[in-house]
Amino acid sequence: MTKPGHSFVGHSVNRVDGHAKVSGRAIYVDDISMPGMLHGRTVRSKVAHGTLKDIVFDAAFDWSDITTVTAKDITGPNFVALMEEDQPALVPMGGKIMHHDEPVALICGPDKSKVDAAMAHIDQQVDELPAVLSIDESRAANTLLYGDDNIFKAYTLEKGEGLDEAFAAADHIVEGEYFTGAQEQMYIETQGMIAHWQDESLHITGSMQCPYYIHNAMKSLFGLEDEAVVISQAVTGGGFGGKEEYPSMLAAHVALLAKKAGAPVKIIYDRSEDVAATTKRHPCLVKHRLGLNAHGEIVAADVDITFDGGAYVTLSPVVLSRGVLHSIGPYKCPTLRVVGRMMATNTPPHGAYRGFGAPQTTFAYERQIDKAARVLGMDPVEFRLRNRLNLGDETATGQILKNSVASEKVVREVMAQAEKEPPNDICMPKAVQDVKRGRGFALYYHGAGFTGSGEDRLKGRVAVAVNKQGEFEVRSASTDIGQGAFTIFTQIAATTLGVDVANVKVVQPNTKMVPDSGPTVASRTCMVVGGIVEQAANGLKEKLQAYGESKGLDCGDVLALAEAHAKDVGELAFETTYKSPPGIHFDDQTYRGDAYPCYGWAACLVDVAVDPDTYEVTVERCIHAVDVGKAVHPIIVKGQIEGGTMQALGWALWESVLYKNGKVMNPSMTDCIIPTAMEAPELETIIVEEPYPHGPHGAKGVGEIPMDGPAAAVANALQDALGKSFDVVPMLPETIAEVLKGGPA
Amino acid sequence: MADFLQPQTLHAALEARAAHPDYLPIAGCTDVMVGFSHQAQPTGFIDLFGLAEIQGICADDGHISIGAATTYGDILKDPLVYESFPVLSEAIREIGAVQIQERGTLGGNLGTCSPVGDTLPVLLALDAQVHVASSKRGSRLVPINDFIVGYRKNALAEDELIVEIKMPLAPEGTQQYWRKVGTRRAQSISKLMMCVVGRLNGKDVEHIRIALGAVAAAPMRVEKTEAVLAGQALHEETILAAQDTLASEITPIDDVRSSAVYRKEVACNLLGRFLNDLGGA
Amino acid sequence: MKIDFTLNGEQREIDVTPMSRLLDVLRCDFELTGSKEGCGEGECGACTVFVDGKAVNSCLIPVAQMQGREVRTVESLASNEMLSDVQQALIKFGGTQCGICTPGIAMMASAALEAEPNASRARMRELMAGNLCRCTGYQLIIDAVISAAEARRRHG
Ligand SMILES: Cc1cc2nc3c(=O)[nH]c(=O)nc-3n(C[C@H](O)[C@H](O)[C@H](O)COP(=O)(O)OP(=O)(O)OC[C@H]3O[C@@H](n4cnc5c(N)ncnc54)[C@H](O)[C@@H]3O)c2cc1C
Ligand code: FES
Ligand code: FES
Repeated sequence: MTKPGHSFVGHSVNRVDGHAKVSGRAIYVDDISMPGMLHGRTVRSKVAHGTLKDIVFDAAFDWSDITTVTAKDITGPNFVALMEEDQPALVPMGGKIMHHDEPVALICGPDKSKVDAAMAHIDQQVDELPAVLSIDESRAANTLLYGDDNIFKAYTLEKGEGLDEAFAAADHIVEGEYFTGAQEQMYIETQGMIAHWQDESLHITGSMQCPYYIHNAMKSLFGLEDEAVVISQAVTGGGFGGKEEYPSMLAAHVALLAKKAGAPVKIIYDRSEDVAATTKRHPCLVKHRLGLNAHGEIVAADVDITFDGGAYVTLSPVVLSRGVLHSIGPYKCPTLRVVGRMMATNTPPHGAYRGFGAPQTTFAYERQIDKAARVLGMDPVEFRLRNRLNLGDETATGQILKNSVASEKVVREVMAQAEKEPPNDICMPKAVQDVKRGRGFALYYHGAGFTGSGEDRLKGRVAVAVNKQGEFEVRSASTDIGQGAFTIFTQIAATTLGVDVANVKVVQPNTKMVPDSGPTVASRTCMVVGGIVEQAANGLKEKLQAYGESKGLDCGDVLALAEAHAKDVGELAFETTYKSPPGIHFDDQTYRGDAYPCYGWAACLVDVAVDPDTYEVTVERCIHAVDVGKAVHPIIVKGQIEGGTMQALGWALWESVLYKNGKVMNPSMTDCIIPTAMEAPELETIIVEEPYPHGPHGAKGVGEIPMDGPAAAVANALQDALGKSFDVVPMLPETIAEVLKGGPA
Repeated sequence: MADFLQPQTLHAALEARAAHPDYLPIAGCTDVMVGFSHQAQPTGFIDLFGLAEIQGICADDGHISIGAATTYGDILKDPLVYESFPVLSEAIREIGAVQIQERGTLGGNLGTCSPVGDTLPVLLALDAQVHVASSKRGSRLVPINDFIVGYRKNALAEDELIVEIKMPLAPEGTQQYWRKVGTRRAQSISKLMMCVVGRLNGKDVEHIRIALGAVAAAPMRVEKTEAVLAGQALHEETILAAQDTLASEITPIDDVRSSAVYRKEVACNLLGRFLNDLGGA
Repeated sequence: MKIDFTLNGEQREIDVTPMSRLLDVLRCDFELTGSKEGCGEGECGACTVFVDGKAVNSCLIPVAQMQGREVRTVESLASNEMLSDVQQALIKFGGTQCGICTPGIAMMASAALEAEPNASRARMRELMAGNLCRCTGYQLIIDAVISAAEARRRHG
């Protein structure tokens, strides 16, 4: 038992979910079974683009214990509500199939193997249409998928005047074209959901990041009131963005099946379905031009960004926005223009994935910065330090950085670590002779929280309460998807209340029990929601103390007050709403102003060894310094940084999603590979703390930033090792071999 | 319900095999169970996993024999194997990861006979023989080169089972080289693998075996390339000539794991590396 | 088909289709949901169990092959409420995040420590390479396992 006044912030207490997870007792959605529960499957399109004429259920098959659902069973508006009303829950008869593996029908039944067998007895009649399968084809607009130009959304960001003159006056111009491919989140738990209906109300439990997104989508699809939809999160086996928007689709499916079958229905995707059909990181093409003067300063930038959005709008405009806003990086540049557009194609929709557009544009600018240093003959680290944004400097959107800038600190920390002996006992490259080695560096920043005034619109709410048993509860819709949200909320609430962490429980998110604290995305959970938890805990404490005073109790012992209140009066809750810090203004029309309330800063150094015979790359060293404001739980923060770093290294060197005619060709863990413990280097992680005055205890986001920069550091290291330019992600051995031969890269 | 037979002796297993040619023999099931529920189901199974008579490793009259149902994990632990055939140990150590090695068997690798079966190029380069048996016709020793017939096809008759794999011990001075180029370091399917076993007499190539996987429909020895080297002094020109021949002798393809161009180039690079090393050894 | 085997120390009998996956039998018939399915094809290791003391993927094992064998699942790692040293280390060092890989990691790490108590970090990475984790980047998992090994050495 810890004394009141003790701070748990900054200490690595045991994770609140640790015991359940290591012992196998944590209950994930596939571990849940309900009486009479049926197993569902999704019938998916077999073409990338076409008109659905008919769905034929083989009359010779015994359908007696199988329930089937098609779009005809949808009585309300047939779309999955998100940003636009364009994506149907099931393609209607006569409607357009917009991508391969798009849901067209659903089936369920009591016997899983019979349901599987039934899948082979469903036929689709489709008139195929020409498909748009690449960014180039979409821009050519010979086939229109969206509007009159296939552009879902476009943004322009400009600063300064006379861009052409600035380039004309520049002493050097650095020009490059960068392509980054799709990336699969590859959470180890596939998507899954269970629905049941009870007295006209819909109950859904599953693997998800954002319960209220699903809540909203179900209300719209079934025309239900708030209280008639209850969404609860099961323990969730990873998300990384992949369980941000797609779960609403899956929820719609289980709900439709459960409604028609009159029984609970569960759908768990198998791995091949998950990889083939759910969202991935957007492929992206960036053309990047920098003008430099003879003093080694950046004087102009001209950036053209095109994302492949896939078949529906989903969250793509927001991804585009973040990509555009990050495309100049943490560097000063007086004159610039960034044009970004999100294109429609007939591939499964691309969506949220850690970094949300920023890793793509970061790859481009950090390659450009490296090339600029080369052109100038400057040390790449020196060049970055000279051009970096500092306190008081102005970003690309004209935001003046007033606090919490760690651009120099992260660089110095990385360089200091690089001076030290590398960790011993690393996994060595397979080749022993003629190995080519190189070192690469990258510096970047990531806006924490929603863009601009997004948080004001969102108005995230959290309650902290004493329940009837006298225990403290944190009630928020922010999910723990492994990132440690519940542990961090416990620490913040316990510290504020002055009680032990053991006395605080975070309620498993359930829309009936918790207010909407906003989605679990955008590195906002600790910085924004953690802040609301702190405010709510404070509010509750004051209320308890007021109660104590009125009863003449010792107001120093909050735990005793809580127990007394629970016994005498019952539950007591304090709910509060997020208030943005003052002075944040962003103009969505002109793209000028304070793009983000604050930024996290990071630098990464990578040493690579390239096998001269096979072009296989071993990452021998990866030093990553990341500024998080305040590490509320250092081990959780370290885990976030390292997990993100490894996903970034994976994206850089091993991971690719292969498409043919709009269909994923490698939908399995065997072929759509992610790194194993043997690919992972001994990660050297440095936590930097440059406090953000408006975050809880100074904390800002950490979830996404480690994903942004390592890929560029790898490419820069490869250029150092091999003397050629590597501008495509992933940098597979095949690609490296081709670049070395001077072929296309 | 499918029939499931668990013979306790090799004799019983062979009888079962003869009586039910349509039943699938199974061992560690690391191939059989992948995608199992999506495939046509055999009417029955003959379980060989743990059948003691076809497990274990022994040395006799200049050979080392490995029982077909010996798991990779057990092979790795055996000093006889890693001392005599380091390439086989190396290859096995890179198969899947521990959980796969505890179940997968050499017999299974030969049974599946996949172009990416990692032990096959090693067995080819080591001149292994496959001991197969039938209850009616007795046993026969099939040279590995004849055992591998084509894409996922081997020379096993309907009533036969693989009993053991026999490898002749190599004379003093024989060098062995192995390299698997996979999609990653563990749990990886090969893009290409190569095994070279060779011995020089002075500068001259006295013995040479070069075998590859994932460069054609089935793992293969490149006999034309071997012929370029056999009896020749191992100079830079001979090595270049061997690389040239190799490039025309293999027929790799583009697939989800790699490209034909890459496979060819890397095969030639590795051959150069191994031969240079052999020459310098 | 009737199959007798030992499950977490208890003699059990079950009547099932012989080619049912051990993973499904454990999860559905015995309600031992600690073993997870991440891929169903031997890649991820989330379904790792011990059969006769060896760590194997239960998604690739036909249950009929368990006749007479001894199966252990993650549920058997802790004795009473007392977590094993490996489990405790995974919590303490941050080796679990979303937790879906964790039962498999805990099982494989326990097997690895038994088999090679003095494994180096690089060797431990090799022994753990059949267990995919997307959350941690593996560093803190390896830290946890190595520290458990060190503690065992200290305490003899
Ligand atoms: C995740 C994973 C990773 C893998 N990695 C690799 C790898 O890196 N390299 C590699 O080469 N392979 C790999 N494999 C494939 C597999 O592990 C090997 O091919 C293994 O050797 C198969 O052995 P088994 O005992 O499991 O065979 P089974 O699956 O039991 O059988 C395979 C085939 O062999 C036949 N068979 C088995 N034993 C006999 C016998 N005694 N007589 C006649 N026929 C027999 C069976 O009928 C069947 O057709 C991997 C598999 C998985 C799931
Ligand atoms: S589920 Fe068995 S290895 Fe992935
Ligand atoms: S902790 Fe999430 S996959 Fe390992």
